[in-house]
Amino acid sequence: MLQTAQRSAKSKTKKAAPPHDRFLEAFRWMLLARTLEEKLVSLYRGGLITGGVYIGKGQEAVSVACGLFLQEGDIFAPLIRDQAGRSAFGEPLIDVTRTYLGSRLGPMRGRDGNIHRGHPRNNELAMISHLGAMVSVTVGALMAKRFRGEKNFVGLACIGEGGMQTGAFHEGMNIAAVEQVPLVIVATNNHYAYSTPNDREFACHDLVDRAIGYGFEGYTVDGTDLAACLDVIGSAVKRARAGRPPQLVVASVLRLSGHGEHDDASYVPEEVKREPFARDCLKVAEQTILDLELLDAETLAEWRKEAAAQVDEAVAAAQKEPAPEGDKEDWCAYSMRDLVNSVE
Amino acid sequence: MSITYLEAIREAQAKLLRDDERVFIYGQDVGGTFGGAFKATKGLAKEFPARVLNTPISEDAIVGTAIGAAMQGMRPIVEMQFADFSSIALNQILNNAGTHYWRTNVPVPITVRLPSGGTKGSGPFHSQSMESIYAHYPGLIVMTPATVEDAYTMLIEAVAIDDPVIYCEHKYLYYHLKADKLPEKGLPTGRARIAREGRDLTIVSYSAMMQESLGAAEELAREGFEIEVVDLRTVKPLDTDTVLASVARTGRLLCVGESFPWGGATAEVIARVTNQGFHLLDAAPQRLNAKDTPIPYHPNLWSAHRPNAKKIAAKARALLRE
Ligand SMILES: Cc1ncc(C[n+]2csc(CCOP(=O)(O)OP(=O)(O)O)c2C)c(N)n1
Ligand SMILES: [Mg+2]
Repeated sequence: MLQTAQRSAKSKTKKAAPPHDRFLEAFRWMLLARTLEEKLVSLYRGGLITGGVYIGKGQEAVSVACGLFLQEGDIFAPLIRDQAGRSAFGEPLIDVTRTYLGSRLGPMRGRDGNIHRGHPRNNELAMISHLGAMVSVTVGALMAKRFRGEKNFVGLACIGEGGMQTGAFHEGMNIAAVEQVPLVIVATNNHYAYSTPNDREFACHDLVDRAIGYGFEGYTVDGTDLAACLDVIGSAVKRARAGRPPQLVVASVLRLSGHGEHDDASYVPEEVKREPFARDCLKVAEQTILDLELLDAETLAEWRKEAAAQVDEAVAAAQKEPAPEGDKEDWCAYSMRDLVNSVE
Repeated sequence: MSITYLEAIREAQAKLLRDDERVFIYGQDVGGTFGGAFKATKGLAKEFPARVLNTPISEDAIVGTAIGAAMQGMRPIVEMQFADFSSIALNQILNNAGTHYWRTNVPVPITVRLPSGGTKGSGPFHSQSMESIYAHYPGLIVMTPATVEDAYTMLIEAVAIDDPVIYCEHKYLYYHLKADKLPEKGLPTGRARIAREGRDLTIVSYSAMMQESLGAAEELAREGFEIEVVDLRTVKPLDTDTVLASVARTGRLLCVGESFPWGGATAEVIARVTNQGFHLLDAAPQRLNAKDTPIPYHPNLWSAHRPNAKKIAAKARALLRE
């Protein structure tokens, strides 16, 4: 599969990749994520997806940078809008389509859906809905690695500016710093939590100012600028890996979709859509590629076609697969089922 | 030699730390020379300084951290300072630990120790029994040891279990219960125990109320009644078979718990017996719980609020007359 080919190419070139190669590699994951999510949206509109569809449109540059610098053994805790990062981290497309389309063969087997998926054994944590909860879980995973004497690992957890206001997030940040684990928190301020704008979410001058209060090192980045995301998030990962204190990166973007596809986001005023942070990171990156002649238009078109083909393949495969069935389901929430079944 | 319920908990943790490098203890004030609000980890940090760790007052993050570590192969034991404060960690326990295996096929072997139940003068926020809340949610094993021996073997078992375990240790029993020695092995997890044999009435209970029920049985024995006392040991899984077998012998059922009266473990036992063993019952099954108010501070109020041997005996007497 193409995606696999890309991934192995990535791991070979990981350390040595010159900036342009990395930029193109990241762009390609972004393109794949956008293509996939556009497809998911059209499936949703066609009534082919049960439940919600939550996309990361406008946040692909931040997200891809979150996945791209992680290596084997690192921990990734993606959230709602991290399709690009998940793919770059190594999540196969088929995991996504199986989960959204409710295949029995997917990682969640119809037991959970959409973005609530992961592969904890591959260190891609499976988010729960409750925002902020995955920060401390990431901390614990890193502590386990330290207990075992592993070296050279990091964890990266994503959050939105809305999720930053939960108690769980605060506790997680604090305990990460107390434990001095190699953690990077990437917070994407997309200016809305569902329909609520920033001024009803927090009252501090700049979210990054909180870093020092936790004992983190804090950085900001323009989330519409892929090169900046790669630089700032890549550097944060590097610092965490090298033993610096936990890192907070706050990225600024606009959510270029509804909260979910059920939401028309009519509450976003027109003038907000003209803000610099409202640029579409994918378009900006593409313009950079053309301006610097990193690729010609023909190759770009080719990449688009390949992304679409991969997506179609993953959708078609998942659509052919069996759905879970209530009477064949193993209705036991315990791994030690004998313990429970013998007496319940 | 005599060993208390509390010492049994400490001994179990010492053994676990000694025998298994994956075990670590995580909680407020558990480390250093202090050894926890109740001294359940006293001395352990000296022997295992890297694996008995003080935490910030962050119940959510404490359990979240334990979950992450457990997913990665560790066997964390979380000490809540009081069961009451585990309400702050409900989200991590119920929604993260409790759902994880079912969602992802990856188990989360955490043990959360809850110093539970009432003691004189502790008031609304340091006296709660939360087993029924945890038992209500899928994916959690809920242990409620009532004896020194079970306190020891069940904690060792809790850490061995791959699923999340809520281990409710009763603060009233910490110093009041003593045993001569600690056993190598206990009953299997999920098996109830006949704590006292009888044929006139079955009292089903657990944790401190099991001890009060034994007191009630003793009192009623002087009046010529033979009361059978079933110690559930775990409220989840719930050993319905042992309860039904006892009710088959006695025909009368009284369930006693220290938690609040709306729903909960005692109601569950009665629901099951009524469902599966209606024909075994000679009288309507009864239950006795604490009152439906917050737990009071003053000893006079507190002893009126919770069941005790006297009240259990009175309730049983009434049921025996039916
Ligand atoms: C603790 C909690 N409360 C409420 C929700 C419902 N909810 C889901 S996403 C969301 C908005 C999140 O905003 P933000 O963290 O900024 O992320 P974004 O959607 O903007 O990416 C809300 C309120 C939730 N998932 N978790
Ligand atoms: Mg937001």
